[in-house]
Amino acid sequence: MKGTYDVLIIGAGVSGANIARTLSRYALDVALVDKECEVSFGTSKSNSGIIHAAFHHDSRHLKARLEIQGNLMFDRLQKELGFPFRRCGILVVATHNDEMKAIGQLYSRGVENGSIGIEMCSRERMLQLEPKLSPDVLGGLHAPIGGIIEPYRFVFCLVESARKNGVELLTEFKVSAGRLDDGAWSVSAEDGRTISARYVVNAAGLFADEVSRAFDAESFSIRPRKGEYFLLDRSTPACPSKVLFPVPTHNSKGVLVIPTVEGTVLVGPTAQDVEDKTDLSTTAEQLEKIFDYAKRLVPGISQADVITSFAGLRPALPDEDFFIDFSRVVPRLVQVAGIQSPGLTASPAVGEYVKDLLKKAGVAMVEKKDFDPTIDRVPRLREASAWEAEGLIRGDRAYGNIVCRCEKVSEAEVVAAIRKGHTTLDGIKYFTRAGMGRCQGGFCTSRVLTILMRETGLSFDQITKKGKGSAILQGRL
Amino acid sequence: MRKELTCISCPIGCALVAETQADGSVSVTGNQCSRGVEYAHDELVDPKRVVTATCRTNSTRHPRLPVRSREPCPREKIAGVLQRIYGLTAEVPVSQGDLLAELDGVQIVATRTLED
Amino acid sequence: MREIPFDTAVIGGGAAGMAAALEVRARGHRVCIVERDDELGGILLQCIHNGFGLHEFREDLTGPEYAGRAIREVAESEITIFTRTTVSEIASHGGGRELTCYSAENGVVKIASRAIVLAMGCRERNRGNLRIPGSRPAGVFTAGLAQRLINMEGYVPGRDFVIIGSGDIGLIMARRLQWLGCRVHAVIEIMPYPSGLTRNIVQCLNDFSIPLYLNHVVSRIHGSGRVTGVDVTPVPGGVPNPAGEFHIPCDTILLSVGLIPENELSKAAGVEITTETNGPVVDATMMTSAEGIFATGNVLHVHDLVDNVTEESRLTGGFVADYLAGLRPARQIRVRPGSNVRSITPARVDPLRANRLYLRPLIVKNNAALVLSAGGRQIRRIMKSHVQPSEMISVNLRAVDLADLAPDTVLELSIT
Repeated sequence: MKGTYDVLIIGAGVSGANIARTLSRYALDVALVDKECEVSFGTSKSNSGIIHAAFHHDSRHLKARLEIQGNLMFDRLQKELGFPFRRCGILVVATHNDEMKAIGQLYSRGVENGSIGIEMCSRERMLQLEPKLSPDVLGGLHAPIGGIIEPYRFVFCLVESARKNGVELLTEFKVSAGRLDDGAWSVSAEDGRTISARYVVNAAGLFADEVSRAFDAESFSIRPRKGEYFLLDRSTPACPSKVLFPVPTHNSKGVLVIPTVEGTVLVGPTAQDVEDKTDLSTTAEQLEKIFDYAKRLVPGISQADVITSFAGLRPALPDEDFFIDFSRVVPRLVQVAGIQSPGLTASPAVGEYVKDLLKKAGVAMVEKKDFDPTIDRVPRLREASAWEAEGLIRGDRAYGNIVCRCEKVSEAEVVAAIRKGHTTLDGIKYFTRAGMGRCQGGFCTSRVLTILMRETGLSFDQITKKGKGSAILQGRL
Repeated sequence: MRKELTCISCPIGCALVAETQADGSVSVTGNQCSRGVEYAHDELVDPKRVVTATCRTNSTRHPRLPVRSREPCPREKIAGVLQRIYGLTAEVPVSQGDLLAELDGVQIVATRTLED
Repeated sequence: MREIPFDTAVIGGGAAGMAAALEVRARGHRVCIVERDDELGGILLQCIHNGFGLHEFREDLTGPEYAGRAIREVAESEITIFTRTTVSEIASHGGGRELTCYSAENGVVKIASRAIVLAMGCRERNRGNLRIPGSRPAGVFTAGLAQRLINMEGYVPGRDFVIIGSGDIGLIMARRLQWLGCRVHAVIEIMPYPSGLTRNIVQCLNDFSIPLYLNHVVSRIHGSGRVTGVDVTPVPGGVPNPAGEFHIPCDTILLSVGLIPENELSKAAGVEITTETNGPVVDATMMTSAEGIFATGNVLHVHDLVDNVTEESRLTGGFVADYLAGLRPARQIRVRPGSNVRSITPARVDPLRANRLYLRPLIVKNNAALVLSAGGRQIRRIMKSHVQPSEMISVNLRAVDLADLAPDTVLELSIT
């Protein structure tokens, strides 16, 4: 840890991670902190994983402008970082005549925002693009620049790249106070650690309002809006080839049917205002609702295919737009708040936007000559042909040991995840996919625990699912 | 003494009532065959269970060795037998059937052969 | 890449795989077993309780003792054993099949074989399948995973337990946990009757005064980092009664809510699976819809007694050997479940010999009649003193029962 950093970024979700990586291109001392024990453990791990196509929001809103800019940055990012991403396209499906007007509005908005290739579709064109659509489809919208991504993998790659280029990461750092101290911010954590930085970026997601208060900056309220999801087995016959949207309502994009990059199907989210920022519980009623809506898009969707369900919380501001600007109350604090949908899509552009804000404020942005945009790729056994697998195993025997049989994850990948700093079961799960398959960890958990203890030297009672308070094992015989 | 119990001698699972009489004998009702009488009598007078558990080993490959009481063990002795088992450390190699310990007439044997 | 030829490759080295392999080997063929775990034995190795072998050996054995018998026989035979080797794919190859397997020691191994025996067993139904609402804290385990952690690794996953489902695995674990000094507060069962063996209800629940709530479900899981408790709701007649809901504080939940035959490999190989059993449809020789691929044990249908697994797999091994010798049934007659029967395996019988059928009843009944009929005509009636859904029934059909039946007859087995 350095003396005084140039920039401290609070929150290692999709916004903070992009900002960190963007800033790591320049000769700056940057620190990234997060209150969880791993990065991407907030809303960035439980969302739709969609790269939106810039037709939902009109360009008056900052989020719309950043959405299209962000969308167009993903191909290059994928090339540099290698996270799972596919531009499969988005369809908005109309099943009633009165919905066609709304489709027209979305189309105009998409054209205005620069959603390349966006088209209005007849019923025939819709069914041609997606044969699994309900026969009730009357028409709709096709936005080819839309896509799907594994959001946690994206964040992991961004943070790894940022760290490779000099950004310091501190986890389990829960900001309790920010104090101005002789030209720099002195930021303290609940556990007593402090960091000093000239500039601070508040990208704390659901807790951005609390962080702002800790700095005596703006007083705003993040109101969590919960979205519940179902995940369907990869063998479901109801997997579409494109992301399917209904016509949106005033406060939600609706319940979607989303083919994930890894071959499963995500159904959801709902939209329900809740009080508690830590309430990630799923409910029977909302889950029933999801199926009602989803079946209208793809009739073949069946509850029998469900392998798990989860919930995410959107960090919503009252005006429903992004708040990305310097604080007007305290100096040298950039607020990045209200980053709900299309936050994931916009995030690369958010990185650039914050960099520009800092540059305009006088932060020197001298490009590093040795900036390396790439990170080491960890080969995945399930993506390898038999010949490639033979090579992998010859190079590292641990590739021949299958730890997760549902998702075909080898011991080598689990070890790689641990060596990259993923020391919780959830972190290993998000990095490798071990535990995400149909048996939901029934087979792999004991093996992952053994490998984790071996690689880290942690004792059995220190192994957690997702950080403090979530220990897996209570006793040793 | 009176005890209501489910017979486990066969899948029918008769609901039995076993009662000690004034003269010390045990009367059993609810049974459909003689096995029920024997079962109820034993459960009332001398209930026994096979105890199965695992004990530590000195092996890294196989940290636990499954063990059992060779014969069904009187219920009141089970807690003591379990405690004895949990205090054991078996040394590999060990063969299935090897006597590991004896407590109050109850023999604790290995149920698995471990070479290492 | 190594390619190794066999007459029969058995996928899975548990009770089913070992019994089938031994039988095929006894008939003189080159056999291998491909086992993904460290050693042979399958799930029996973690089933340290007794109750196995009452029929097969007329002894009351623990799981490891039962497995030990076959393991010793296999070691003394000339069966080739691949451990720590996972089959990734079954492909067609020449006149037979080719398995692509991954192994740390041997890299990618290709096994070419004329016949394949699927013996992969089951996976456990989990919380996700049940869609139990609530949070997702640490401390939710399937009973089999908990069993492995405790019995093989020596870890205790928690202190205060609630068990969902009255299946045998959950009941056995209830006793195991109590014997470890943990406390099991309740077993919650959605059906009006327990799904495990009565013997286990008595010795695992009653012995420890653990309450069994029939007609109840866990309606919500609480806890953010770790489980703090569950809400339990009565569902009389399948209808939730929220007024009767109560809360049980606990730190660990075990799920014992059913087994699902692990047929992903089978499906990928084009084997037809039936929803009646979640296993392959097999003919009178236990051959699946894919030529030369046979199935036996828990991967075919979920068994309650390993003794039946051994018996079934020995028979399967014999049929595999017949197949290798070019012997196939001249004709086969279809058999299907009649009233009060959930499933029958196999789905066909060979009228020229005795056939062993395994069926699962849908009802609980004493003095029940198993009726074999064809076109409404009763052929045979077998009395059973007691039937219940948690106990698989095996029945021998004699050749004489099946003689003189027209080739397109569909036999029906019912329970009345």
